[in-house]
Amino acid sequence: MSGTLRLERVSIALEGRMLIPPFSASIPPGQVVTLMGPSGSGKSTLLSFLGGTIAAAFRAAGRVWIGEREVTEELPERRRIGILFQDDLLFPHLSVGENLAFGLRPRVRGRTLRAARVEAALDEAGLAGFAARDPATLSGGQRARVALLRLLLAEPEALLLDEPFNKLDTVLRADFRRFVFGHAVAAGLPVLMVTHDRADAEAANGPVLELGTSADGAPEISAACVPPAIDAVRAAVPSGEIRSPSEKGAVG
Amino acid sequence: MTRATALEAMPRSAPVWGRSRSWLRYAPWVTVTLFLAPIAAGLLGTVLPAFGWLPAIGGRRFTLAPWSRLFSAPGIGDAIALTVGTGLLATVLSVLLVFGLCAQIHGRKPGRAGRGLMAPILAAPHAAMAIGVGFLIAPSGWVVRLLSPWLTGWHQPPDIATVQDPYGIALMLGLLVKEVPYLLLMTFTALGQVPAARQLEAAAMLGYGRTVAWLKLVLPQIYPQIRLPIYAVLAYALSVVDMSLILGPSNPPTLSVLALRWFTAPDIRMYFPAAAAALLQLAIVLASIMLWRAGEAAVAHLGRRWIARGVRHTSLAALTRIAAAAVAGLAGLGLASLIALGVWSFADGWPFPGFLPRHWSAHTWTRQFSMVVWPLETTLVVAVLASALALLLVLACLENEQRGGRATTSRALWLLYVPLLVPQIAFLFGAQVLLTVIHLDGSLLAVIWTHLLFVLPYVFLSLAEPWRALDTRYARTASCLGTSPRRVFLRIKLPLLLRPVLVAVAIGLAVSVDQYLPTLFAGAGRVVTLTTEAVTLASGGDRRITGVFALLQSLIPLAAYALAIGTPARYQFHRRQPRGEA
Repeated sequence: MSGTLRLERVSIALEGRMLIPPFSASIPPGQVVTLMGPSGSGKSTLLSFLGGTIAAAFRAAGRVWIGEREVTEELPERRRIGILFQDDLLFPHLSVGENLAFGLRPRVRGRTLRAARVEAALDEAGLAGFAARDPATLSGGQRARVALLRLLLAEPEALLLDEPFNKLDTVLRADFRRFVFGHAVAAGLPVLMVTHDRADAEAANGPVLELGTSADGAPEISAACVPPAIDAVRAAVPSGEIRSPSEKGAVG
Repeated sequence: MTRATALEAMPRSAPVWGRSRSWLRYAPWVTVTLFLAPIAAGLLGTVLPAFGWLPAIGGRRFTLAPWSRLFSAPGIGDAIALTVGTGLLATVLSVLLVFGLCAQIHGRKPGRAGRGLMAPILAAPHAAMAIGVGFLIAPSGWVVRLLSPWLTGWHQPPDIATVQDPYGIALMLGLLVKEVPYLLLMTFTALGQVPAARQLEAAAMLGYGRTVAWLKLVLPQIYPQIRLPIYAVLAYALSVVDMSLILGPSNPPTLSVLALRWFTAPDIRMYFPAAAAALLQLAIVLASIMLWRAGEAAVAHLGRRWIARGVRHTSLAALTRIAAAAVAGLAGLGLASLIALGVWSFADGWPFPGFLPRHWSAHTWTRQFSMVVWPLETTLVVAVLASALALLLVLACLENEQRGGRATTSRALWLLYVPLLVPQIAFLFGAQVLLTVIHLDGSLLAVIWTHLLFVLPYVFLSLAEPWRALDTRYARTASCLGTSPRRVFLRIKLPLLLRPVLVAVAIGLAVSVDQYLPTLFAGAGRVVTLTTEAVTLASGGDRRITGVFALLQSLIPLAAYALAIGTPARYQFHRRQPRGEA
């Protein structure tokens, strides 16, 4: 069981220009929070900061917690934060099964047991018997499902979605959304999704934050919608913290 | 009708491109003939004498006598063991060090400083590097001088065989100094074709550290592209002559040195066992490559299991650190060796434990001037002509390929590697016999031709990628404006690709200056270059004079590289990635 994913006054700047203004959010297990924003607004950079792989050119501030564990300074591979990208990034030199086994935690020991776990995962995705296949022979939707399963087999404690539905066509997209959200909720993971597609946000059925531009041109984050059904969520931020052009210098 | 034959049946080229192809069409054939004929003939000229057939010196019937003569030679078993041992071990170590370093820095490309430090080592000829390494590790060399007498207590050079040691350790060290940077360069080139950064990031999301992820993900993907360079290193390490003469043991020596000794023996009948030894050398190289191939399969099998076990952390991390340190040490050794050549050539009075010469002077240089000029001129003429010829052939082949719209297949790539995989000793003797028949032996032309065999593959490998990567729309745009293919070639492609062309020429010069055995055989002892002189001087000559020749020999390729790299690039091949995604 994972804990709540908490972002504490997280902000990102590039060359002195604020991309993501300081904001805080807290996402309990099984909850999907969506951050909406246009392309190039720094959403993906925010996820790479949370995942620990942010490029050196960016200046990021703030703290990140999973439950009682602070991961801000942790190495990416120790954070146990999984990111699902737009590209499936299945490793081309490994079979579908080997890709999944690569993700499966090593404490599942023994070749038979590991193979069984991989086969069970494939079964779940409607891909039974695909273990020996070359990922290149799979359809886009199948590859996307394998990518998610590989991530889940690594037992992350939080899931970040970086526009993972973007490259799929409309029909597949709805399917894969259900697949992702279903698995994430079943695994009890806090999920943060960034997207520019409103349909993604609606399907997530959770609080939506919008990254936009305030009247004076500075970026701002506002709570676009918090479905009343989910009152446990305290995703949005006290208004005083949202707009802070004066803090630019301090952050950058 | 298969797709391939359907393509064959189609008109080969679009109207604009078709007109002036007449002579270009023959470029690949001319190249392959110039290139493979001497090797094929040379191999035949080695195989026949190895079984007793060489009518010119009275061998007129087939017999196994050369082989019994070979295997009854004193110390032949040790010579074979030494050859196989040093060649395999040096290659295995080179490969492990390169992979270890890459895993440690997880494939980050070296910065300007790193490339700048590697360039002199890559450019320096093997012979000069071997001489420099000898200057460092000899009993009276720089390393012992650095530690004496304060640490070692030695006031006289110690009586230890640190160079030409019976186990070939010095030889392997020399090989490592040269081959590790070469394989590193090949690995970095291959890395450009794998989206390694994204994959390492994806692996980090699954809990993998970068070192393990590099070994499990990136290495298996780039290995197929560095396989041929590795085989070339393996073949080279097993059959090298000049480094072995300078750093390897002399009694028994490695097999190729033994063959050379017999080929050049006063007793002409020694040709027969020499040919047998050269053929055995070829067999050893082929068997080693097959052994390596089997090793690859075994490692791949175990590697797949290792990957599937899902292990995130590994004690290999300590080893990769050691590998990185060892590579840094080898680079330092290589650079120090080149510096040592310079220091010795300007030394004037340098008693043993002193770390630096007591006096410096240019005496050696001025006194050797007359001795140096002639070989220097020959070296330059051969290198320039061989590189120019290679460049012409390669450009013609590439241009033909583009106008014909057909890419070189991987099988053709293997052809290109033939001279780098077949031991020189195995075909050069036979080639010399061929040259004698057409009355070219001992001529400058013969030397240039044999150099071409080794210069051409490197020029092709260096130029093919940038040439093919050039956006074809430049040429097409020019054609649409009514420019002839010849003008497109001269006015668009060549200027845009000036830097890669110059780099290819610099590599060609470096490869030519590197050649010892081809010069010796094709020149029949009459064509003297800096390289043949340096190797001759290295055995017992005055270190200061040897230093002059070896340093001069290294300066030619270095100057060529510096000029080529100093040329401004007109065309950017690898555009920088947008910020934040790098």
